[in-house]
Amino acid sequence: MSVLQVEEIGIAFGGVKAVDHVSFRVNEGDVFSIIGPNGAGKTTLFNLVSGVYQPKYGKVLLEGADVTGLEPQTLARRGLSRTFQNLQVFFRMTARENVMVGRHLKEKRGLLAHILALPATARQNRESAAAADAYLERVGLGGYADTPAAAMPYGALKRLEIARALAAGPKVLLLDEPAAGCNAVETEEIEKLVRNIADEGTTVVLVEHDMKMVMRISDRVHVLEFGKTLAEGTAEEVRTHPKVIEAYLGTHGSKEAAVALG
Amino acid sequence: MRKLMSNRLAVPAFLALLVVGLAFVMPSNFYFRVAALVWISALAVIGLNLLMGFAGQVSLGHAGFFGLGAYSVAILPAQFGLHPVIALIAGGAGCALLAFVVGRPILRLKGHYLAVATLGFGILVSMVISNEAWLTGGPDGMPVPRLALFGWRARGADTWYWITGGLMVIGALLAVNLVASPTGRALRALHDSEVAARVVGVDVGCYKLIVFVISAVYASVAGSALALVNGFITPDAAGFLHSIQLVTMVVLGGMGSILGSVVGAAVLVVLPQALTVFHDYEHLMLGFMMMAFMILLRSGIVPSLSMLIGGRRA
Repeated sequence: MSVLQVEEIGIAFGGVKAVDHVSFRVNEGDVFSIIGPNGAGKTTLFNLVSGVYQPKYGKVLLEGADVTGLEPQTLARRGLSRTFQNLQVFFRMTARENVMVGRHLKEKRGLLAHILALPATARQNRESAAAADAYLERVGLGGYADTPAAAMPYGALKRLEIARALAAGPKVLLLDEPAAGCNAVETEEIEKLVRNIADEGTTVVLVEHDMKMVMRISDRVHVLEFGKTLAEGTAEEVRTHPKVIEAYLGTHGSKEAAVALG
Repeated sequence: MRKLMSNRLAVPAFLALLVVGLAFVMPSNFYFRVAALVWISALAVIGLNLLMGFAGQVSLGHAGFFGLGAYSVAILPAQFGLHPVIALIAGGAGCALLAFVVGRPILRLKGHYLAVATLGFGILVSMVISNEAWLTGGPDGMPVPRLALFGWRARGADTWYWITGGLMVIGALLAVNLVASPTGRALRALHDSEVAARVVGVDVGCYKLIVFVISAVYASVAGSALALVNGFITPDAAGFLHSIQLVTMVVLGGMGSILGSVVGAAVLVVLPQALTVFHDYEHLMLGFMMMAFMILLRSGIVPSLSMLIGGRRA
């Protein structure tokens, strides 16, 4: 059964059709990658699916239920969380506190109990902190718990976002370029982590520019160009797809090459 | 975790010691009175700091709530014979309701737009207070009945020192409790990234409204306290200048610092008194000193100093 289904979704900014009638289905526990050249509409598609933008047309179904146009916080409650391409970290908080915010929906919310610091609130804080530490450990940031996010290196912040999104306990996790700007070692660690998340049953939808990583870990790959679907299939099918090769390498070069070679 | 607990309560405990300790070194009633004014401003500033420093939302109209709190202890006892304490609570509840109604539409705005909208709200309140002379005495102000509890009458600067000091410490305690709770984390989160807070389930609009209402209640209670201390109230309490003064206290003391709120209030209440020795140059000196504070201690007095001293955040 497809846990996430997108049907003919689209949005336009001015006259530009940023995402144009895109459809796909994601199976539970899969790593589903969305690739495409810069400006293909990958992040816009993420914003549509995660409720940050309202689609002009089309539908999003989460576990079979229509969730089109719901607010991000409502989608979070339904089991969809995400990370961001440009870091969206709570810089004034420690790593642990960042992940504790991820536990928001699991926390008891009695304002009076919070203001009066009743024992239940202290208990809740301890629970959230313990859960946050476990998630930090899981993404390999165990040593950073008390570090202010502003003092953490870039690669660690990328993983901090993943820990925070995981803490919300999502069924579907959207990762927007988790390895962007990371070095080879960090990229490998993130790749392992993503595979691990999917193996434990959380469906991962991935936007990523590192093609080696995409080809290795994806169960299916969806290719966008100029907001439209170009191809979809397994990593192998997509890699050898003539249109995909054309989009990535261009046709100019091949023509000139053909001429030069006579 | 134990350490965190003691850290959280360190600031209110320090403030409580400060209130008690200062009482022993006050040379005269005049000093008690100035200190009481500091505690009152600090109370309003702590509330505004929750909104500005922690949740990152600006309000240039908070004196509006302060003024409504002040006039509720003047008008409700005079018109309806309510006890001042009941009037203070009613004022706080009324401000909470008003903040809820006003906050819903204007908290959708961000940055400068929110600043102008809250500014408009503050001006509206102060104009109503100035114009409805039949109820408020107009620009001349109106008297406030003395506070009496079970036959005991609150009078004298030292009595008010203890009452306002107590209110301020309670306000600081509730504020640090809030900041260290799940609600506080949600507020600090939306300050740094609204979209990131939303995707993990934080209802950003709802939390902005919660903190706006809380800060309005702080301002209202502080306003009521000022009216009771002075025994007289004028529309200046609700005026634009007072709103700016409260914002300045927040920024000067340190955004996101409860201790900073008290320091900011203390500086802006005490400095003008201390600078009277400069006679005609009093305001000039005040302006220079405020600029110097902001240039040299740009994160506000308390956060900048604590960073200088030990890299520890207040």
